Amino acid sequence: MIIGSIVNGVVIDHIPAGRGMELYHYLKLDRMECQVALIKNAHSRKHGKKDILKVNEVIELDFDMLGYIAPQITVDIIRDSVRIEKIHPELPERIAGVIRCRNPRCITSSEQELRHEFRLADRENGIYRCIYCDTKAEKQSVI
Amino acid sequence: MKKDLIDIRDYSMEEINELIALAGRIIKNPEAYADVCRGKKLATLFYEASTRTRLSFEAAMLDLGGSILGFSEATSSSAAKGESVADTAKTVQCFADIIAMRHPKEGAPQVAANKVNIPVINAGDGGHNHPTQTLTDLLTIHMEKGRLDTLTVGCCGDLKFGRTVHSLIAAMSRYENVRFVLISPEELVIPEHVRTEILDNHNVPYKELRSLDAAMPELDILYMTRVQRERFFNEADYVRLKDSYILAPDKLFSAKPDLAILHPLPRVNEISVAVDDDPRACYFKQVAYGKFIRMALIMKLLGVSI
Repeated sequence: MIIGSIVNGVVIDHIPAGRGMELYHYLKLDRMECQVALIKNAHSRKHGKKDILKVNEVIELDFDMLGYIAPQITVDIIRDSVRIEKIHPELPERIAGVIRCRNPRCITSSEQELRHEFRLADRENGIYRCIYCDTKAEKQSVI
Repeated sequence: MKKDLIDIRDYSMEEINELIALAGRIIKNPEAYADVCRGKKLATLFYEASTRTRLSFEAAMLDLGGSILGFSEATSSSAAKGESVADTAKTVQCFADIIAMRHPKEGAPQVAANKVNIPVINAGDGGHNHPTQTLTDLLTIHMEKGRLDTLTVGCCGDLKFGRTVHSLIAAMSRYENVRFVLISPEELVIPEHVRTEILDNHNVPYKELRSLDAAMPELDILYMTRVQRERFFNEADYVRLKDSYILAPDKLFSAKPDLAILHPLPRVNEISVAVDDDPRACYFKQVAYGKFIRMALIMKLLGVSI
């Protein structure tokens, strides 16, 4: 399968196989006017399979969110068909407005306008906890 | 920069030891502190019923020469009209110098602390934390045992929703040679975050038992807790578990002669009144110590000293 290279835009590579669509929706790429390609199950020397997103426009990215969802991804920024930057998102110390706390006893469950915020509790295992109630974040709780 | 007390883990051991030392000085000479907070106001914002904690805070501020205002149930505040915690806190800071907040939702005092410029004390947030109870427990242990290290601490009852247990484990696990014996029904074991982040990550020795009798002989401290009806979504589960452990005089035959029995109170059935006369029962002394440690905390947060 051949997908053309992009001139100005971003390539999000090394997305764990099967999670490309999750990122596609989170980044609201379905609302973009430009060309967007989601490549599922591409060959990966390291992991066997991976997903890739190519966006033919330079877009603002929330690297905290990307670091949380898939810390192993890379982001290439392309200008005039040349990669000008390669970014490795890291697990952020705090993430706000990305994950929802599922604890029904948490203050965030009753105060609707309160921003859901999590702190990195265990970097080794990538565990985040709600700053209000300490409940562990679930990956499927991405807003 | 203002300082709050939301989680006991936010305070260093030095800070906790300073508070305990100050409380000890107040106990010895309360008259010397009778006027140190004159002109200062404490707002007690209690969205949930409480006898000891609220009265203890209020007595503490009055004994420091300060004054008090606030509410003792959510229905008598604008929360009943749907006002947010943040808005209530911002309103109250116009009238008071320090806030003590109890709320059934976990994290509510943190929300208040984030929004106001005056100190906020967490007086209990749902099943999450209750740091001033922990300070009370630490002062009680220090006064009764003369130390906070080299102790075997038994926690018995509702370890899942018992916020005082979570805070006590967090605080005591920082002292040397402290080990825990955690006694609870399987449904009420300590939450995963306490187990992993406090006990496992810091290599604190602990074991989990179902039998209080089996644990008793090795304990220096027995911290009894109530199975909390208000934390259950299902009444049948509460009824099934509420009398899992009842401490009666016969249970104490195998206990050490210098065991200290603590309970954050209120009790329901978990400690027989027949135990009250045992010299090892410390839970009413614990209530008295609670006022003194809150006096020390209020002084620290208001930057008052003598």
